[in-house]
Amino acid sequence: MDRESIITLAYLVASVCFIFGLKGLTHPRTAVAGNLLGAIGMAVAILATLAQPQLVEHPQGYALVAGGFLVGGVAGAISALRVPMTAMPQMVALFNGFGGAASTLVAGVELVQHQPIVGQIDPLVLSGYLAGIIGAVTFWGSLLAFAKLEEYKAFRKPIAYPFQQPINAVLGAAALLLTIWGVMEPARLGVFWLAVVVASILGFTLVNPIGGADMPVVIALLNSYSGLAACATGFVLENAVLIIAGSLVGASGFILTAIMCKAMNRSLWHVLFGVLGPTEETPTEEQVYGGKVKSATAEELALLFDGARRVVIVPGYGMAVSQAQHAVRDLMSLLESRGITVEFAIHPVAGRMPGHMNVLLAEAEVPYEKLKELEEINPTMVETDVAIVIGANDVVNPLAKTDPKSPIAGMPIVEVDKAKTVIVVKRSLSPGFAGIPNPLFAAPNCLMFFADGKKAILDLIAALKE
Amino acid sequence: MDAGMILPVLATKTVDLVIMADIIAEEATAESARGLPLMAAITIFVLAMFVGFEIITKIPPTLHTPLMSGSNAISGITLVGAIIAAGAGQGTLVQILGVLAVILAMINVVGGFLVTHRMLGMFRRKR
Repeated sequence: MDRESIITLAYLVASVCFIFGLKGLTHPRTAVAGNLLGAIGMAVAILATLAQPQLVEHPQGYALVAGGFLVGGVAGAISALRVPMTAMPQMVALFNGFGGAASTLVAGVELVQHQPIVGQIDPLVLSGYLAGIIGAVTFWGSLLAFAKLEEYKAFRKPIAYPFQQPINAVLGAAALLLTIWGVMEPARLGVFWLAVVVASILGFTLVNPIGGADMPVVIALLNSYSGLAACATGFVLENAVLIIAGSLVGASGFILTAIMCKAMNRSLWHVLFGVLGPTEETPTEEQVYGGKVKSATAEELALLFDGARRVVIVPGYGMAVSQAQHAVRDLMSLLESRGITVEFAIHPVAGRMPGHMNVLLAEAEVPYEKLKELEEINPTMVETDVAIVIGANDVVNPLAKTDPKSPIAGMPIVEVDKAKTVIVVKRSLSPGFAGIPNPLFAAPNCLMFFADGKKAILDLIAALKE
Repeated sequence: MDAGMILPVLATKTVDLVIMADIIAEEATAESARGLPLMAAITIFVLAMFVGFEIITKIPPTLHTPLMSGSNAISGITLVGAIIAAGAGQGTLVQILGVLAVILAMINVVGGFLVTHRMLGMFRRKR
């Protein structure tokens, strides 16, 4: 066999590794092996690339590659090993963005060196533009998502400017027109970089208005884009492994996006371009809460657990913010030592990325068998003595079921209102991401515990031990 | 339906698809002087998309985050292009852009796989 065939076969081996690796990641038992298999596939692909004739002919180029490996490898390893579990969403967003930027740069380099076919549409140029544009949208979109998740002051609220949707449409059309121009006149490389600049602005303006509970959708979608960018790069390089790996990631990101949208009963279009907020028909806070909200102290709440047999804990973003997952685990252990059954209700969009709560609770060593999905936990709510909501709001709002005009109408919720008693740990009565009041807080069986999530749970544990 | 029964069948089917695509690709490659012909590339793209959709139909929510960071690491495959750009590229500009691409893609790959491994270790630890 000649060198070319061996390299192609190695790429095929890498592709198969990626497929089985991704498949492994869909089951708890096989996930670790799946991830390792993906890494092995990547190593195979890297080695095969290093043996490419173009590289072997220019041995001096290896020094540059090795330098890049060293810098990128060390930076990647340090950030991956240091990042706390609570900061995982922004870390994933950042890594994702880097992948997109790399695709843009690769497309640029290939177009600089490419001798375009004159007089007809050159597919290589077209895919180069696509890779450049999708990569740039991914990079800037992910950087902004990172800034939002890190809660940098300047990005805590969307930057307000008029005509947001028309501006997005104009930017999208501009990117398309520049692509057509670039394909018609492939020698003009300036057009490519202009398209990249336009796409960079578009990445920013697309993610700018999105926040809060919609972040999981955006992260999943950007993940999908980074795969598609790699895929388009594969068309530029005429390399099957990039096309296969890129499409796999594109498809998986897209499925996650769809799952997240379904969990909110909203279309992707509505998440990306819709305005979520109170309408005129939304009852005001005064109408909902007026004099009906009861708050309690840790000592009073501790009495609720006397004789309780079943407790369900509903974590939300507030648990992540106050890093309360270890305190929550201690509370679980304490309650279990008194013979109480404790389970967790995990809403798909609780937190800031898909599976965010699961990772935090896993870090605190809560067995994953105790984490239940909505379909499983909701029927058990009527038999639940105490439901503890920690830093969640919209995902337990009964308006989703009762008020068809509410912005969250139809969203599946954790039906804590059916439990005998509900304890809501929250810093204030401020609304959640949907911007609407929550009648649960005024329900007769609900007690508010106004405090920071971690402190509240620690106080409750102390009161229970007395 | 029992997922345990379906997945092995799906797996063999998906591998068949990819092998088929690669055979098409290789036959086409032999005929063409320059790399992968467009039609073969499109065939691979469409089939791989289907493979992606078929493998990831039912993911337990527990694994959403690791799946995302793990697939994210795989999208760092663009590193292959970055290596070629940096290693075989001619001219200073091309080499600078190439090395930059290698660094960014390498952060994506190394960081992505490591962070996923760390997370999955937490799921496994208490067993």
